[in-house]
Amino acid sequence: MAETEERLRRTMMFVPGNNPAMVKDAGIYGADSIMFDLEDAVSMAEKDAARALVYEALKSQDYGNAELVVRINGDDTPYYHNDIKAMVKAGIDVIRLPKTETADMIKTLEADVLAAEKEFGREEGSTHLMAAIESAKGVLNAPAIAAASDRMIGIALSAEDYTTDMKTHRYPDGAELEFARNMVLHAARAAGIAAFDTVFTNMDDTEGFYRETRYIHQLGFDGKSLVNPRQIAMVNEVYQPTAKEIANAKNVINAIEEARIKGSGVISMNGQMVDRPVVLRAQRVMRLAKASHLVDEEGNTIEK
Amino acid sequence: MKNNVNRELPDDVMAALDYKPYETTNIGNPDIQRVAPSVHVQTGDDKLVDSIEDVVKATVKDGMTISFHHHFRNGDFVFNKVMRVIIDAGIKNLTLAPSSLTGVMNDMVIEAIKAGTVTNITSSGMRGSLGDFVSHGNLKNPVIFRSHGDRARAIEHGDIKIDVAFLGVPNADKLGNANGMDGKAVFGSLGYALMDAQYANKVVLLTDNLMPYPNTPASIKQTQVDYVVQVDQVGDPDKIGSGATRFTKDPKELKIASTVNDVIVNSPYFKDGFSFQTGSGGAALAVTRYLRQAMIDNKIKASFALGGITKPTTDLLKEGLIDRVMDVQDFDKGAADSMHTNPKQQEIDASWYADPDNKGAMVDQLDVVILSALEIDTKFNVNVMTGSDGVIRGAVGGHQDAATAKLTIISAPLVRGRIATVVPDVTTVVTPGDSIDVLVTEYGIAINPKRKDLQESLGHLAGVPVYTIDELQKMAAAKVGTPKPLEFTDRTVALVEYRDGSVIDAIHEVKD
Repeated sequence: MAETEERLRRTMMFVPGNNPAMVKDAGIYGADSIMFDLEDAVSMAEKDAARALVYEALKSQDYGNAELVVRINGDDTPYYHNDIKAMVKAGIDVIRLPKTETADMIKTLEADVLAAEKEFGREEGSTHLMAAIESAKGVLNAPAIAAASDRMIGIALSAEDYTTDMKTHRYPDGAELEFARNMVLHAARAAGIAAFDTVFTNMDDTEGFYRETRYIHQLGFDGKSLVNPRQIAMVNEVYQPTAKEIANAKNVINAIEEARIKGSGVISMNGQMVDRPVVLRAQRVMRLAKASHLVDEEGNTIEK
Repeated sequence: MKNNVNRELPDDVMAALDYKPYETTNIGNPDIQRVAPSVHVQTGDDKLVDSIEDVVKATVKDGMTISFHHHFRNGDFVFNKVMRVIIDAGIKNLTLAPSSLTGVMNDMVIEAIKAGTVTNITSSGMRGSLGDFVSHGNLKNPVIFRSHGDRARAIEHGDIKIDVAFLGVPNADKLGNANGMDGKAVFGSLGYALMDAQYANKVVLLTDNLMPYPNTPASIKQTQVDYVVQVDQVGDPDKIGSGATRFTKDPKELKIASTVNDVIVNSPYFKDGFSFQTGSGGAALAVTRYLRQAMIDNKIKASFALGGITKPTTDLLKEGLIDRVMDVQDFDKGAADSMHTNPKQQEIDASWYADPDNKGAMVDQLDVVILSALEIDTKFNVNVMTGSDGVIRGAVGGHQDAATAKLTIISAPLVRGRIATVVPDVTTVVTPGDSIDVLVTEYGIAINPKRKDLQESLGHLAGVPVYTIDELQKMAAAKVGTPKPLEFTDRTVALVEYRDGSVIDAIHEVKD
C-alpha cells in the first residue's frame, strides 16, 4: 500500500491534457494532486497531441510537491496502451483508470503498467494506480476494486456517468449519491486507500460547493476532485482544523514524544491512556494544520 | 554613451536634442524656473466660434506644437475631427504633444505623418498600427516618451511649449468654464488636460453640451480658455471605459492578486492611514477586493488612494475604508460618477499627481503601488513600452512616477504564452530597477536585494515562495526557452525620458 497514511489528498485538480497553458500553470495553485486528463476532456483528434504534451510537461515542468496523476483512456479504446507507456516512461506518480467496473480491470492495468516499467527501466511498482467508479456495477464492485492491487492509492466516485447509469441526475442535496458515496468510501477505508469525492461543476454556486464539501468532509472523504483552481482554497478551508483541534493534537503529539523519551510503550495524557486512533487523528490534524499554514514545520502556531 | 542602467544611447541624437543620460532616481532639491503662457486679453460676452475650421485657421501655423488629452480613451471623437481639419488645411511640421495616444487616433496620426503635417511626437505611449509604423522608422524625428509626471514637468519647464491645446469636454459654457463630469461622454477627472489648460498659449475647448453661464464646478476655467467650439459629439460614452471593469475569474490572475495582497498586508506599510495606488486591469481590481477584506479584518483604513481610479476604489471610499481619493483620471463610469457626487474624491492635475520638479507631488507621499510589466529583468528594470518583437506597444503612463512609492510592487506572470516576462535584460528600460521593490508572479515573489528590510518582513510568508530574481528568470527560461536576440537597425525611432527629463533608454527601428 502506497503511503496513503502520509499524503494529504484534499484536492485533485483536473487539467485538460490538451491545453498547454493550463498544463504549464497547473503547479501554481497548491493542489495536493494534479490530474492531467487524456480522456473525456480531449477530443479524438487531439488524443496523440495531448499525450505528447503531458509527457513533455512531466519531463520538463516543476510541479513542486504535488502528486501527479493522469487519467488515461479506457482499455476499450485504441489509446489505452500508448497512454500507459508514455505516462510510465515519463515517471507519472499515479495512473487513474476511468469507468472501472471490476477488479480484473485493475489487475490487467497492473500487468500493463508492470510491462511498461520493465520496458522503460522504471522501478517496478513505482507507478501507483487509482480507479474511477462511474457506474452501478463499479459501485457494487468497489470493495474488490479498491483491494485489487498493492499499487492502488485511491478510489474516486465520478457522479456524472454514475447518475446517468442510475437513470437520474444530480440534485442539490446529493441524495442520489448517498449509497455510492458510502460504498466508495467504505471500500477505500477497508482497503486502506484514499477516497475522492466527485466534481462540482457549477462555479457560480459557491454556497452549494461549500455545502457539498462540508458534507463529504463529515463523511470522511480524503478530498474532492476539482474542475477549477478557484475551488482549491475553498476545499482547504473546509478541511482546515480548528484551533481547538490543533491544541488537542499538539498535546497528543507531546505525549507521544514524552513516551518516546521515557522509552515507554504506553502513551498517556492527563493520566489517561491514548489509543492508537487518537494518535492517528492527531497526526492527521497536524498535517492538515501545516498544509493550511496554521502551524509551521515544528508545529508552532503561526500568528496571523 | 551609456547611462546608469547600462543602456547605450545614441550620441548624435543626445547631442542634437541636448539630452543628459539618466543617472539616478533621486530628484534632489533643485531650484526650478517655470514658464508662463502668453495671454490674449478678452473681455467679450462669449468665445464661441462656428467651426473647427475657423478656430484652426485662427490658431494653428506651420511648425507649432499642438496638444490633446486622452481622457476619452478609445471613445475619443475630438482628436480625429481636429486633425482632419488640420491635415486638410495643408499645415506642416507640427509637433504633436498629447497626454497620450489611444488606438482610435492611430490612423489619423499615420496619415498626418505621411502628409508631413506631423513631424514630431511626444506622448506617454502608443500602440497598434501607430507603434508599428514608428518602430519601422516611418517618422523622421524620434518620438519622445514621457511619463504623466514628466509631461507636467516638461510643460512647466518649457520643454514642451504648447501653442494650441484642443481639449474635448462633455460640458462648457460660452466663456470656457468646463468639467469632465456632466453630459453624455463623461470621463470624470480632467487631470491631464488641466496642464494644457494652464500652460498652452491658446486653449480651445470642444464640447457637445453648451451649458448656461457660469458653468460650475469648473475644472477648466474661463481665465484659461480662448475659444469654445460646439461639435455634434465629443466622444462615445461606451468606449471611454478602459480595460476590465469586473473582477477577473482567471485563476492565475487571482493567484497573483492574492499574493500581491499578502505582500502588502505583511509589509511595514500596512497600517492605519496608509496610502495606495492600484491602476486598472483585472488583476488590479482583484487586488482591491482582497485588500478590502484585509483592511476590514485588520481594522485598517487608508488615508488616500491615488492615480487612475476605478469603481472598486470609489466603493472603498463610499464604504469609509479610504478617506480620500486623489483622482487624476477615471477608468470607468462608476469612478467618474463618484467624483461627481463624493466631495472626498479630489480632482488633481498631472503636476499635483506626479511632477518630480514640484513643491511636493502626491506620489512622494505614496506608500504602496501595484504596477504591471511587459518585461522585468534581473536588475528589476521594467519595460512597459516595447513588445517581445521590439515594436512599440505600450505607454509609460504613471509607471516611473508611482514607482517612487515606498513599496513598489510589480505584478506580472512569469511567462505569457511562450514569452518570458522575467528576462536577463529588458528590451527597453522604462522604470529603473532602483525604484522597484518586489516582483510578484504566480510562482512566487522576488525582493529587490537592496531592500533588506523587506527581505526580513516578506521572506517567510506562508504559501508565498521567495526566489531571487535570477532564479525566477531561470525558471522562466526553463519553461519557454531562450529566444533569438531581437534585431534592430542603428536608427533611433524614440527616446524614453526618465521623469526628471534625462534619457533612460532609446528605442531603435526594428529589422524585419
